[in-house]
Formats: sequence, structure tokens, C-alpha cells
Amino acid sequence: MNLPPELKRIQEEIEGYARDYGLDFCETIFEILDFKQLNEVASFMGFPNRFPHWRFGMEYERLSKSYAYGLHKIYEMVINNDPCYAYLLQCNNYVDQKIVMAHVYGHGDFFKNNFWFSKTNRKMMDEMANHATKVRKYIDKYGYNEVEEFIDICLSIDDLIDRHAPFIERRGRKVASDLLDPEAEQTVKKIKSKDYMEEFINPPDFMELQQRKIEEDKLKKRGYPEAPEKDVVLFLIENAPLENWQREILELIREESYYFAPQGQTKIMNEGWATYWHSKIMTQRALRDSELIDYADHHSGTVATQPTRINPYKLGLELFKDIEDRWNRGKFGKEYEECDNIETKKSWDKDLGLGREKIFEVRKIYNDVTFIDTFMTEEFCEEQKLFVYKYSPEQEAYVISDRDFRKVKQQLLFSLTNFGQPFIFVKESNYENRGELYLYHRHEGIDLKVDYGKETLRNIQTIWTRPVYLETVVEGRGKIFKFDGEKHSERNL
Amino acid sequence: MFSTMLPVFLREETPSVKHTMALKIEQDHNRFRQIVRGKIKANLKKYISHEELIGRKGKDLISIPIPQIDIPTFRFAPRSQGGVGQGDGDSGTPIAVDEDEGSGEAGNLPGEHLLEVDITLEELAQILGEELELPKIEPKGHQKIQTEKDKYAAIHRSGPESLRHFKRTYKEALKRQITSGAYSLKNPLILPIREDKRYLSWKTKPTPECNGLIVYMMDVSGSMGDEQKEIVRIETFWIDTWLRSQYKGLVTRYIVHDATAKEVNEEMFYHIRESGGTMISSAYHFFNKMIDEEYDLGQWNIYGFHFSDGDNWSGGDTDKCISLLQKELLPKVNLFCYGQVESTYGSGEFIRELEDELDSAENLITSKIESKDDIYNSIKQFLGKGK
Repeated sequence: MNLPPELKRIQEEIEGYARDYGLDFCETIFEILDFKQLNEVASFMGFPNRFPHWRFGMEYERLSKSYAYGLHKIYEMVINNDPCYAYLLQCNNYVDQKIVMAHVYGHGDFFKNNFWFSKTNRKMMDEMANHATKVRKYIDKYGYNEVEEFIDICLSIDDLIDRHAPFIERRGRKVASDLLDPEAEQTVKKIKSKDYMEEFINPPDFMELQQRKIEEDKLKKRGYPEAPEKDVVLFLIENAPLENWQREILELIREESYYFAPQGQTKIMNEGWATYWHSKIMTQRALRDSELIDYADHHSGTVATQPTRINPYKLGLELFKDIEDRWNRGKFGKEYEECDNIETKKSWDKDLGLGREKIFEVRKIYNDVTFIDTFMTEEFCEEQKLFVYKYSPEQEAYVISDRDFRKVKQQLLFSLTNFGQPFIFVKESNYENRGELYLYHRHEGIDLKVDYGKETLRNIQTIWTRPVYLETVVEGRGKIFKFDGEKHSERNL
Repeated sequence: MFSTMLPVFLREETPSVKHTMALKIEQDHNRFRQIVRGKIKANLKKYISHEELIGRKGKDLISIPIPQIDIPTFRFAPRSQGGVGQGDGDSGTPIAVDEDEGSGEAGNLPGEHLLEVDITLEELAQILGEELELPKIEPKGHQKIQTEKDKYAAIHRSGPESLRHFKRTYKEALKRQITSGAYSLKNPLILPIREDKRYLSWKTKPTPECNGLIVYMMDVSGSMGDEQKEIVRIETFWIDTWLRSQYKGLVTRYIVHDATAKEVNEEMFYHIRESGGTMISSAYHFFNKMIDEEYDLGQWNIYGFHFSDGDNWSGGDTDKCISLLQKELLPKVNLFCYGQVESTYGSGEFIRELEDELDSAENLITSKIESKDDIYNSIKQFLGKGK
């Protein structure tokens, strides 16, 4: 952990600036890694230790190769943990390290203060290491292949969690048990009566009605879960016939999934916030004359735009700057909204100076979806030259399809909702009264990738052991896919 | 100011780095490589019949496109999705979308693409050997022949002046003078005495001699078209890969022939197009002469591979070939392989006659390669005996 003295000095300097600006973060520990180690940590998604799995190895291969070919360079990596860990690449020059540090303090502040992170495990570094140990023990006990195969399956469904749950305290484990539901409840209780009164105290019509109600209730119960369950993984943990070690592995992978979820939900804000602060700290405080060119080069690389995808650093930064400017000049509220003189609107300035305060509030209570929804204005969209693109079969390419503000916003919000993942629910666990699992894809205009879907279904079947169904829509038609353990089949709805 | 920057990034100074020197990712990475290897093995037949691999060969590495290794998830079909971009352009302007770009976040794996993996030619040969169940080659009975090589790697305290190691000697002298106080900054004169002197020395290393010579012969007469040559090219690539893994110092030579034979380089071998008749004996004769003049039979393991469509000029020439093989070539070589490719003019008689006449020869292997799909089996036939 010993930073070389020169870097230690820089760290103290930058940390001081960050605190001056009001950033509030956990203690931050910087470590210097060479590119191999950095690629390793990046493959483990920022952690020094993960459970053994080839997918991390594949990521490592990819990163090492693209680093070797000069296609990318990881500058900065930071873990949401207390203390916060961040990594510096050994071969970077000082100005790069300064930028990275400033950037990292931005992230640190965001991790600590944004509500969506408030339920994340701040000791995840230890937790991950524990997971790794646990899985290694299982490997020793059950064999590498057996455990690996099961992890493959788990990773195939690890995104089937309720992404919106992590902030709302998530539902704990609940064991479905028939014991809590005694047989006694299943017939209508008679009220004691003398023979001659029986007909009046327990009228046969009424008794029959009650009995039927109970039967109906029973049928309903069979249709467990009662409401569609979005946390498919939890449902499987609770209800699938898993071995204990399998259940434990699935649980820890679910835990990790929930840990990473808020990072996915606040990518634009988080990067925007960090970029905002590295730029502030560098340009106003930390930058020396001789470093200007390097800084400009680095920063412009960070916020470079591509026609084909949104750069979260750029979009987030610009939006935060826009918000700050609007609140400084009072460009919000009823009076501003209702003003229809473009010139007046443009030069609107009430000199309120509320900008800084506002962006701190925004970083506290918003996530990407609400951030874009609330603050992206038509002017902003135009200024940033945002557009919607679609695949055009005629041109056999993706083409710009629209620059209309509403459409851009809608598409952007859509791609952020549920982290760009399809909504999948468990609808029935006793489908057709045969213990078969029925999943439902809430189709919102975009089809699933069918081959992947089928393979995932196969994986779920392995866990569930009874046939598994998926209801979805393919090219406008309702479809049900089924995997019964041996073969795939499908039928139209 | 930064002008007094120290080189603080020396690894010795950052002990926290040291404990992670053996990367934890290695295990996962090795496992991944193992899976990749399995994929290559499973698809080897397909790779063998495709020429594209040959173009991907570097010096020691070959880059192989393998079907993506991925974990399936419920995800959106990429094309129906669209997205939001940033930049100039009117509607309808095509934009390039890199379909294999992930969101840039680690762990968020790329969508659809072939994975390119580099593996060493040696590993590829190993996979080939395992999949085709090729036996390890037993070199002819002269493994005991060794050459001795001198390597100058050691430092001794005595030796001839011509091998004096200046730097070491200087260092020793400097050390001695500093410790004894004879060194003065004002007059930094270093005088080595006898005890300071260091000399380079050599070690003699015996290297077992195990030389291989492969001679590829190809019929380039008018009837051998591009398709036939491609088959030859692919097959020789794999044979080469295998044999190279078995011998250090492998020499490859190429002979082409129509009615006459000549030696060419590798490039020429695959691209030359002659026309005219076919006299196979010319190539065999040339091969024989090459061995006699240049290679010591005691030291070389010799392989001959001949590819032709089998349409020899005359029965007389075929007889000549048979007698050349029987009397001269077969006794000299480890293995002689004849591969007959089918040309547009059909397949010739040569292979049948070889089989009839030289049935008992142990180190003659013939194989019929009618299409690219046969290459796999043909390699197996050729190399399956471990000669």
C-alpha cells in the first residue's frame, strides 16, 4: 500500500482539493499495478479475488490482447468498498495519475452518497474473497468440472434478479412449506347443532358454497407464485430441488449480482460526476503549466464521442454541467417553462447561483433513468447532437433514424430501463398441475435473441429438473418455448 | 516542481505489488485456454479442410478463429434494438456499429463475434496429434549421434588474455581499490592486478542430432488445377506442422515436375503452373540425386511426399518409378508418401500400380484425396505409422 513518496504527496494534495469542494468519501487506498496486474483486476471486475471461473480468464485474454495491440488502456478502476480501493497503472505519468486520483474521489463521493448504493455491501472486498474460498472448497469436495458446470448455469441466469429491489430493502429468503398450511383448513367447519337444527345452522347450500371456495383457493395456491416473481434467481433458490452446495453457490452469485446492479443503474451519472470533478480539480487547482497538453489529451480522450454509442462520461458530464448552469441562472420552474420567447429564454439569468447545490442533490437521489428523464431538455438534446439509430434492412446497416427530442429520450430511457435487459418473470411453478415452470417475458417491442433464449431455458431446466416454458413474442406473434430436458419445442399462442 | 522527479516506479520499492506477482487469474486463464483447446480439437476436421488457417500463420503463432465461447442469457436480439448515438448526419445516414463492442464495462461481454485466439504451432501440432491419434515419431536408429556445441556463458578466474572479460575485470579492480582505499576521486585510475582478472569460459554442450528432411514433390503438369494445388497446400501445411513438432532443425525442400523436375522455393511450389506431360520418374530421380549428393543417411530422417493426379505419361515411366522406389528411395527414407488428388480429368492409374507392385514395402504409404474433406483421413494415413 506504500505509494512512492511523490505520489503520496500528490494524493494528499488532490484529496485536499476534493474535500475543499465538499466531496465526501470513504478513506481511499491507491495501489500501483503494472498492466498485467491491472488487467487481472479488471478481469475480476475490480476485485483482487473472485471465485474461480474461466469467464474471468476469457476476459483477461481479451484485455491483455487489446492492451498489447494498443486498442485500449485502463486508466482508472475503483471499488465501491469501505475503504475504497483504487488502482493506478504503473507506467502512467504523473499528470495521468493526478487525473485518475481526482476522478476516483468523484466516484468515492458518489458511492458513499448516492441512495442507490445505500444498501450495497461496503465490505464486498472481503465478501468476494469469502465467496472465492467457499467455491474453492466446493471444488475440492465435488470436483472442478461439476462445480464449474453449475457456475456456468448460474452465470447464465445471474441477471434475472429484481434490479429495482436493491434500494427497496430486498425480500429475504422464504421457505415454502406445506406444513404451515394444515389439512384441517381444507374442509368447511361445521357449527355444532342438534339434529333437528342442523339444516338451519349449517344450511347445505351455504356449506357447499364454502366448500367450493376452499377448493378454489387451493387451486389458486397451486399457482404459486401468487404474483409474477421478478427475482427468478431467488425463486429458484427457494423452490428448485438443489443440493445445498448448489444453493449456496447460486446465492452467492445472486449476492454479487445485486452488488453490481447499482453500478449498472448509475453508469452515466457516476462517470459524469467523476469526470466533472476531475475536470474541476485539475483545471482549477492541480494542473501545472507543463502538464496542460497531456491533460487536454487525456481528458478529450475520455469525453470523445462516437456516432454509434453514448459515452457515459461525456453525456453525464454535459448533463451535470447543464444542470449547474440552469440552476445558476434560474432556468427552471413555472415562469421559465411558460416563457415562449426564445431570445429571453436563451439569455435568462436570475443570478441565483444554486447550481452547485443542485448537482450535489442530484447525485444523491437520482439514478440514470430518473436523471435523464428529469433533466434532459430539448435544447440539451440538440446541443449534444443526439439521435436515434435503427437497423435498416434495405441499407443493410444501422442508420440515423431520428433526431426528434422525444424519440431520443424515449429510446435512451428504454435502453436504461432494467439495465437494458429483458423483463422475465416466474409466472407459474406448477404449470398444468405438473410441477412445470412457466416463465414470462414482458415484451416491450423488442424480441429476444432466440438461440440464446433457448440455451438459457435449457440451463434453467437443469436447475428446475421439470420441463420449463418461456412465453414471449417473436416477430409479432406470441410464442411459447419449451425445454423438457431432452428437446426444445415451441408453439404459437 | 516535477523536474526533480525520481524514478520511483522500481518494482523493488513497492512491496505491496510483490505478493501478487503470481497472478491469480492464471488459473482461470489456463482453464479458458483449455476450453479453447477443446474447441479447436472438436472443430479440427473443419479447420483442416479450410485454407484460411494457413494465412494466419505467423512465425511461431497461429491465430485461429473459434466459435464464440459464451454463457447464454436472456437478451435482446441485437438488430431489432437500435440505440442512441451522438454526432452529425441527417436521418438515413448509415453509421458503423461495432457489433462486438460491449458497453465498455468489464464483464459485460461482447455480443456476437468470432473469438480469435493465438496458439503456438507446437500446441496446434499437439492437438493434431491427439485428435488424429498420431504416434510419436521414432527417429531412425541414430539418435545417439551427438554434436558438441560450445557456449560461452561462464566466467572463470583464469584463461587466455584474448577472452578477458573487460567489464568484470574492471568491476573487480574497482571494488578492490575502493575497499582498500586505493581509489581516489581526483585520480580515478583503475589498475587491475592478476586476482581481478576474469575470463570468459565455455561449456561444451552435447546436442542430440535429430535432423529431419522433408521433400515435397508435386506434379504441376497441365492437368493439375488450382483446386488440386490447394489440397496439396493444405495437406502439406498440416504435415509440416506435425513434423516440425517432432524434429528440431527440420529442412523442407520442394520439387516440382512435369516431364522434367526442378527444385523451387516454397512460394513457387504452390503457384507455379507448368503444362505438358507427366513423367513422375523425373521427380523421383531428382529426389534420389538430392539425397545422394547432400544428405548423410546416417544423420538424416528423410521424408518424401509426392502429390500427383496419377496420370503418368506411360507405363514404361511408371515401371521406372517403381524400380527407383524399390531399389533406391525406399531403403533411404523413413517414409515415402504418395497422395493422389483427383483432377478434372479423373484419377490416374499410378496409385493402383504402386499399390500392386510395392504392396510389401513398409514405408510406402499411398492415399487417395478426392476432395478437401479427405485431407483429414489422408494425414492420418500418412502419419499414422509413426515413422
